[in-house]
Amino acid sequence: MLIRPVDRDSFSISFTVGLYGAAFGAAAVAAGFSVWQACLFSLLTFSGASQFAAVGVIGSGGSAISAIATSALLGTRNALYGLRMAPILQNRGIKRVLSAHVTIDESTGLAIRQNETANMQRAFYLTGGGVFLFWNLFTLLGALGANAIGDPSAWGLDAAVPAAFLGLVWPRLTERKLFLISILAMIMALALVPNTPAGIPVIATTVIAILFGWKAGETK
Amino acid sequence: MSIFWITTIGSGIVCFFLKYLGHSIPESWLNRPRVQRINTLLPIVLLSALVAVQTFANDAKLQIDQRVSGMAVAIIALALRAPFPVVVLGSAATSALVYNLF
Repeated sequence: MLIRPVDRDSFSISFTVGLYGAAFGAAAVAAGFSVWQACLFSLLTFSGASQFAAVGVIGSGGSAISAIATSALLGTRNALYGLRMAPILQNRGIKRVLSAHVTIDESTGLAIRQNETANMQRAFYLTGGGVFLFWNLFTLLGALGANAIGDPSAWGLDAAVPAAFLGLVWPRLTERKLFLISILAMIMALALVPNTPAGIPVIATTVIAILFGWKAGETK
Repeated sequence: MSIFWITTIGSGIVCFFLKYLGHSIPESWLNRPRVQRINTLLPIVLLSALVAVQTFANDAKLQIDQRVSGMAVAIIALALRAPFPVVVLGSAATSALVYNLF
C-alpha cells in the first residue's frame, strides 16, 4: 500500500500524544488508582484532558461525582467534534460506535486539515486508532512505573501533574482575553479551596466559561 | 464499589455518550454560536483551575511548596516552546530536587 503524507503525520501525532499516556498512568496511580484501573480508564474514557482531570479531582480528595462531572465537562468538545466528523464519515452501527470512541482532539484536528474526503477519513481513522494504541500502551507503562516508585513527591510526580495540565491549556491561550479568563479561573478556584469540598473549586469555574461565552464578543 | 471504580466506569460511560451523541444528533442542535463559545472556554477554565489547585492546594489548605518550583520551570519551558515531555519531566525533576534537598 502506498504511504501518503497523511500517514506519516498520523503516526508522528499518534506516537507523541501516546507518550502523554505515561504521564496519565503515573498520575492515576499517584492519585490512588490501581494499575488495572488506570488502564481501564484509558481504554474506556479515552480523552486525555477528561482523564487527567478526573484523577486530579480524586487525587485532591474530591468525590466520584465531581470527578465524573469534571471529566464530562471536558468531554463536551468531543460531542462537537463528532458533529463535525459525522457527515464526513457517514457511518452506521458498530462502525459509528468505534468512530465515536476515537473522536478526540487529534483525530478530528488532523482530519479537518485534509482537502479531500478520502484523505479526511484516512487521517481520522489512522490518527484515532494510532493514538488509541499508543495512549493505552503508555498508560500501562506509566502506571507500572509509578507503582514501582514509593513517595510520589520524591520523584516530582506531584508537580508533573499540574505541569501536564498547564501543557494542555497553554496552546489554547491564543489571545489576551483568554489569558485573563485563565487567570480568573485560577483565582476563583484557589479562593474556593478553603471554603468548599474538594472537586467543587474546579467545577465551579464553569460559571466563568458561561458568563464570558454567553454574549457574542471577541472570543470565538 | 470503591470511589476509584465508580470514577473509572462512570467517566468512561459519560465520555463515550458525549462522543456518540455528537455523531448521532442533527447538526443544528449543537451548532450554535453560544454553545461553540462556551465550549471553547470550558477547557480553558477547567484546566486552569486544575493547574492552580494541583499546585497550591493540600486538602483544604493553600500552601507553597516544592510544586511551585516545578511549575516555574514548566512555565519557562512552555514559553521557550519546549515539547510536552520536556515540560513535564523538567517540572518533575525540579520539584523532586527541591523536595529531596530541603
